[in-house]
Amino acid sequence: MSTAIQPDLFAKVQASKERLDAHVREIVEWHFNPETGCPFWLNWAQEAGWDPRKEVTSYADLDKFGNFHDDELRGGPVRRWVPKGLAHRPVYVFETGGSTGIPKSRVQMDDFRIDYENFSETLPDEFFPKGSDWLMLGPSGPRRLRLAVEHLAQHRGGIAFSVDLDPRWVIKLLKRGLLQEAELYKQHCIDQALTILRAHEVKCMFTTPKLLEALCEKINLEKAGIKGVFCGGTEMTPQFHRFAVEELLGPNIYFAPTYGNTLMGLATHRAPEPQDNWAIIYYPPMPRAVLEVVDFDDAEKVVDYGATGRVRLTTLTKETFIPRFLERDECEREAPCEQYPWDGVRNVRPFSRFQKSVVEGVY
Amino acid sequence: MLHLPILRYGKPYRSVDTATAVHYRTRKPYVEASQANVGLIRRDLMKQHEAAAILQGFTTKELIAMAAKASSHFLNDDLPLGDSTQSPQEFVEAISATTGLPWVMVRRNMEKIAGVLASMETVLMGLTRLPNLDMLDSGVGDIDGRALSFFPRGDSMGVILPSNSPGVHSLWAPAIALKTALILKPGSSEPWAPYRIIQAYVKAGVPAEVFGYYPTSHAGGGEILRGTGRGMLFGDVAAAKAWSGDPRIEIHGPGYSKIILADDGAAHWEKYLDLMVDSVSNNSGRSCVNCSSIWTTGDGRKLAEALAERLAQIKPTAEDDPKAAIAPLANPDVAKRISGMVDSELDGGAEDLCAKMRGSGRVAEYEGCTYLLPSVIHVPSKEHSLANREFGYPHVSVVQVEPHDLPECLGPTLVCTALTNDKQLHHKLLANPHIGRLNLGPISTMKISWDQPHEGNLFDHLYSRRAFQAVPELVG
Repeated sequence: MSTAIQPDLFAKVQASKERLDAHVREIVEWHFNPETGCPFWLNWAQEAGWDPRKEVTSYADLDKFGNFHDDELRGGPVRRWVPKGLAHRPVYVFETGGSTGIPKSRVQMDDFRIDYENFSETLPDEFFPKGSDWLMLGPSGPRRLRLAVEHLAQHRGGIAFSVDLDPRWVIKLLKRGLLQEAELYKQHCIDQALTILRAHEVKCMFTTPKLLEALCEKINLEKAGIKGVFCGGTEMTPQFHRFAVEELLGPNIYFAPTYGNTLMGLATHRAPEPQDNWAIIYYPPMPRAVLEVVDFDDAEKVVDYGATGRVRLTTLTKETFIPRFLERDECEREAPCEQYPWDGVRNVRPFSRFQKSVVEGVY
Repeated sequence: MLHLPILRYGKPYRSVDTATAVHYRTRKPYVEASQANVGLIRRDLMKQHEAAAILQGFTTKELIAMAAKASSHFLNDDLPLGDSTQSPQEFVEAISATTGLPWVMVRRNMEKIAGVLASMETVLMGLTRLPNLDMLDSGVGDIDGRALSFFPRGDSMGVILPSNSPGVHSLWAPAIALKTALILKPGSSEPWAPYRIIQAYVKAGVPAEVFGYYPTSHAGGGEILRGTGRGMLFGDVAAAKAWSGDPRIEIHGPGYSKIILADDGAAHWEKYLDLMVDSVSNNSGRSCVNCSSIWTTGDGRKLAEALAERLAQIKPTAEDDPKAAIAPLANPDVAKRISGMVDSELDGGAEDLCAKMRGSGRVAEYEGCTYLLPSVIHVPSKEHSLANREFGYPHVSVVQVEPHDLPECLGPTLVCTALTNDKQLHHKLLANPHIGRLNLGPISTMKISWDQPHEGNLFDHLYSRRAFQAVPELVG
């Protein structure tokens, strides 16, 4: 585990920090300018009594906002989040959570496309061939992932086949202790995937860890023509990483684990090295999103490299500004690397202090 | 640090995910066990029919002979443990280290397990009630000219094991002789005994491929129970409740074992005091067959006081003391929580007479360890919340009841020792569906007869009978 920035990376790390500070200034100017900002942040600034455009000149200055409360994202009107500067654009709304109560929403125009086009650059063409078709074996409905993966396939010249999968129903089944029903629902999703794989020439796929396991119980993906699997949506342990590579997929299928959500976008994994012992190390899509690892009891304090803490997300796009949002995850802080000269996160897992109340479904 | 691998049909597998069990005294990591991810378990369970097929290749006689050899290996030999080996004494010390059980109690449990392995033929005769165990090989036979046939209900049995005491392993160990592969989830603090039983069986000639050993999470345990044809679960009230509706799973939850004294038994309670002390305190009160309440139609207070006087003499001693009578709790916080729970319910006339005799509370420290010293709770009525409880240390309630209350007031009872000559009560007890094992007369609740399981019959659990007819020339 890297516990310090390597000296030969200092210059690159410094450059990325400067790029981030400049990006912060641009984004803050956009969101708090009465001509371009969204009603939520313009009202917020009015009530707060200070002008972020004057007082925020660097990423560190975002501390002045304090931690963002996710309840702000629940309920309507969702148009309060639409920046005036983008009001002429078609708006999508994506939801997260929602098995009980009002889900959190994020409005978007192009962010999901931009995020996945950037992510596309990290996928090796050998295993995710351009022009090949995809299977999207993940949540459907009001989820960003559904459209994002479809766009990823299209961006790479392919077509995405998808299934019907309602994760909220699965979570309800699990909460009621109806494990057999949940299992049947999972099989229903797998059956849809098998039908697609048998009927079409699919070479790439997105799926979640549990669905990947369930699919591989029914079919040999290599024999089915799959070359690359992009996996995410729920926690992945190092042991799952190893199991997926060694036993579910084998040496001829590329496994691309990711960490992402509706608010952040997509953090890509660093190519595994033997000394990582199957740890999954992700780097956020800087400067559009920043991941930090903060002290469990003092969310203002970033922990040392290698230390464990809670994940704190800051989203910085023209469509969405969310500063200092405490995720329901914990991990170790990872030092910058050559490919990603900024902080990463290692072995992200559900926040242990919340663990009893978090239910992760089939998806 | 010592590492215990997963055994995937006998093949050791070192997981990236591990869990550590600490030494009960030092609280320092003592052993690390590889943790199986749920997907790995699911994937392995797809091959359970292969393990079952291997066992079908042996005769019951051969398997019984191997069990006898395994008994000796288990008791006397150095056996593989991870990358190393473990002597019998190291085994005793290891169990003691992670569970707190004094050596003498571990040895007693060890002998219990070895006893079942050594007496496998008797055990199977008792479980099956077959005149000839060869019928287990053919699946068909006759008794007094009546055709009999049976078939295995599943390829393997998944077992979710506890951490409290190794004696329970004797309940699943006969499955191999019944040609059923085993998928075991060891208790997090007691990974030792199931591993050693497997190694003893393997040394005796049973193919390693019929054993799965999966230290894993709660979710992994659920997957084992869901994915195996038959299951066995040792757990607390909540765990037992979660699987109570699944007929594939034999549940071993709290026992609520009892002693009842009526009429002549109640009148002469003094002569049963030794039996009561043994039933309550043997194995440090950790077994489901330990007596957790005594129901008498006589003077409950007097009986409780006498019992308290005896049990109050039990004191913590060194782990290697051959007379050790009580075990510390591996987790001191658990001791304090349990004691707090008992205290919070001591109202409405209930009293811990043992604490009164000792002149001190039940939580005690000795050489850096935390103990729960015995409790004798005299409760004022059968309705009191402490009248029928079980806490995993030497804890017993004494309840005075009217003769007509028995046996309806007892509720679910794993073992019931009835000290009475009242034939009418005998009949009522024999007809009571809530009693798992009935001892008529002065028999400790702790005394087990392995040919008569006290909680389900393993043969009935693993096999089902079918109607069978065949023309004579087709029956060999």
